Amino acid sequence: MVTLGDYLIVSGILFAIGFAGVMLRRNLIIILMSLELMLNAANLSLVAFSRFRVQSTGLPDYNAQVFVFFIITVAAAEVAVGLAILVALFRARQTTDVKDISSLKF
Amino acid sequence: MPAFLFWTFALLMLVFGAGVIVTRNPVASALNLVVSFLGLAALFMSLNAYFIGIIQVLVYAGAVMVLFLFIIMLLNLRAEQARRINWLASAGGIAVALALLIQIFFVAGHLKSGRQTFPPLTASAIDDVRNVGALLFSKYNLPFQIIGVLVLVATIGVVFLSKREPR
Repeated sequence: MVTLGDYLIVSGILFAIGFAGVMLRRNLIIILMSLELMLNAANLSLVAFSRFRVQSTGLPDYNAQVFVFFIITVAAAEVAVGLAILVALFRARQTTDVKDISSLKF
Repeated sequence: MPAFLFWTFALLMLVFGAGVIVTRNPVASALNLVVSFLGLAALFMSLNAYFIGIIQVLVYAGAVMVLFLFIIMLLNLRAEQARRINWLASAGGIAVALALLIQIFFVAGHLKSGRQTFPPLTASAIDDVRNVGALLFSKYNLPFQIIGVLVLVATIGVVFLSKREPR
């Protein structure tokens, strides 16, 4: 049988993949995609906890699912703004590589 | 959900999720991301969260992915050239990610409820759109309206940011 720990470990591996993407990749678009992976890993563990805490009505805890709904909304807004910033950056510098954007580097 | 279906979809999600960060071509990364999100939607369905699973497909595999592909097309990005890799920085990144992974394994493995299977649902969860919606419009009404303002601000921000300034 599948346990709660299995879902949590799968979610943790997905989060680590997204984290490694943010740390290792230099293309800003890939970094944004990795951020999405990390947000979705958090969503998976939230939904797993929601299913695990069955209420007295015999249904999952829907508070967590409302929270996941909010996270998805905020993530979609974040991607839209992030990609708009990327387009503005590309117009100014003709690059999406974070190594070429180092004017704030100390 | 049978265990083999869970592991199939989990493996699908993780393999294509890893594909996002190992492929050099941004278009290939975006398509890997779609398959990874579809696997994730299947996992949501397996947890009786049908509404969240459908939202996942609509918002991520639909809207967000089209956004990514459009930006890749508009900027005419090609596969990045193999640059000289900074091995020290890469090893540091992998080490931090591995440390995080080991930490998560440790915490999830020692969680007391982690070895328990999911308790069965005694009522049908098939109409969870109604339940989530009722909660959204009663208990979480104010956060819901704030989210609406946030989306409006994001829309205005995107239009403002991508407007070309007159010279």
